[in-house]
Amino acid sequence: MATKTDNQKAWFFVLPVVVLVAFNALIPLMTVVNYSVQETFGNNLFFWEGVGWFEQVLHSERFHAALGRQLMFTGIILAIEIPLGVAIALTMPRQGPWVPVCLVLMALPLLIPWNVVGSMWNIFALPEIGLLGRAINAMGIDYNFTQQPLAAWFTVILMDVWHWTSLVVLLAYAGLISIPDAYYQAAKIDGAKAWAVFRHIQLPKMKRVLTIAILLRFIDSFMIYTEPAVLTGGGPGNSTTFLSIDLVKIALGQFDLGPAAAMSLIYFVITLLVSWVFYTLMTRDDAK
Amino acid sequence: MKRLIPLVPALYILFLMLPIYWLLNMSFKTTNEILGSFSLWPNEFTLENYRTIFTDPTWYMGYVNSLTYVSINTAITLVVALPAAYAFSRYRFLGDKHLFFWLLTNRMAPPAIFALPFFQLYSAVGLFDTPLAVALAHVLFNIPLTVWILEGFMSGIPKELDETAYVDGYSFPRFFFRIFLPTIKAGIGVSAFFCFMFSWVELLLAKTLTAVEAKPIAAIMTKTASSAGYELGLLAAAGVLTIIPGAFVIYFVRNYIAKGFALGRV
Repeated sequence: MATKTDNQKAWFFVLPVVVLVAFNALIPLMTVVNYSVQETFGNNLFFWEGVGWFEQVLHSERFHAALGRQLMFTGIILAIEIPLGVAIALTMPRQGPWVPVCLVLMALPLLIPWNVVGSMWNIFALPEIGLLGRAINAMGIDYNFTQQPLAAWFTVILMDVWHWTSLVVLLAYAGLISIPDAYYQAAKIDGAKAWAVFRHIQLPKMKRVLTIAILLRFIDSFMIYTEPAVLTGGGPGNSTTFLSIDLVKIALGQFDLGPAAAMSLIYFVITLLVSWVFYTLMTRDDAK
Repeated sequence: MKRLIPLVPALYILFLMLPIYWLLNMSFKTTNEILGSFSLWPNEFTLENYRTIFTDPTWYMGYVNSLTYVSINTAITLVVALPAAYAFSRYRFLGDKHLFFWLLTNRMAPPAIFALPFFQLYSAVGLFDTPLAVALAHVLFNIPLTVWILEGFMSGIPKELDETAYVDGYSFPRFFFRIFLPTIKAGIGVSAFFCFMFSWVELLLAKTLTAVEAKPIAAIMTKTASSAGYELGLLAAAGVLTIIPGAFVIYFVRNYIAKGFALGRV
């Protein structure tokens, strides 16, 4: 890694980015902060509300339920996608004509618009016309994700695994191919078992990319909106109403600006805190 | 045991392809056949769904609108992110680490939070319902990642390259455009791919910031799904067509894709 030199003029290089992001991030963020402390009855009349909305949101059962579902969803998909992605990356060919084929096919789900992912899984999983729905019902299991909460959860999680495991595979694979052959030869001479090679050579080499994978998967799954919104619409009932779906319902559906803004800020702070932990872990490794 | 190992990626790819195949299958069926019977391939093969999309301007303009804001977004992001990434990879300056993390925090902001304020902001500056509004909104999420990826690629290039160029009498702009940019072209390609990826797949903001003129294809699809009865065949055909640009760009970055997903730091 190149050593850096002190140069305050470097600020000119970052200025365009700062201006653009500030315009896009700070103005909307201040709008949200503004709403979060006021009450409005329309007609552009606003009244000071203080931290009332925050207290209301933090104490509301609806928010707790949405947050609980969100944490459960993120936990489950991380627990499936990270090990599965690593396992697939380990079994992928390292060279030869199949490598680009595998990479292109695996990356394909990542490039499909999120609402199309939702619609696609809708037609794929519907019990009457969908391949998956038909197959599960043919096995004698009563499955209808539009009516059974458990089936809805199963479908949403399967959809997310389908959509995003490739990201973990590609990251882990990038880590694996960076390991020089000499490491494996040395392990062979020492008579190391496959597990030992994984534990002491492959896993440490993948640590960095896996942190990135967990960070990105955490962030994206925590703000998931479009795919479940299209697939289940948050239902049946509220069973798959995650944080973003609930937020959009409150803000754009009911137009309750105060509570929605307060909820936005709480939501943002939670995401930020967890991401900060990952980021610190990552940059601490860089410093070594 | 060893011979079974290639089966794992093969099965995984099969799993990935199944829903895509089903979408393709549906797109060649008539709505009556979809709702009336169940078959693994179309019995009355029809291209009617695709014909509708290519002849009806409300449909095909959706693709034009989407591709327009995706291109604008990619161009803006790369132009501002390149110098910034260079600064982060080569220099230490006041507040650099904090600035870098602040940029990243914007990648962590759920788009749902920004939907309403963006609507108000872009209405106030008169950009509502233009591709530029969507492009600018997506810049917020693309800049952090692009700066991060480019910084990773740039840090992998030894500083001696810069120093040798100055010794040889290159001015900074000449060095930057003639030597440095060609050296990291893989990084630029991968960054462009990521800009394309996010901007192409995002729906919530794109839908909130457009009404009629600049409506993206994704929003037209959701509207059709709810209003025009339940034209599944048409919806499936529109879905299939949204996959094609993605498949096209992946092909170009196939050799760098893994490195790109690792943010240039393997």
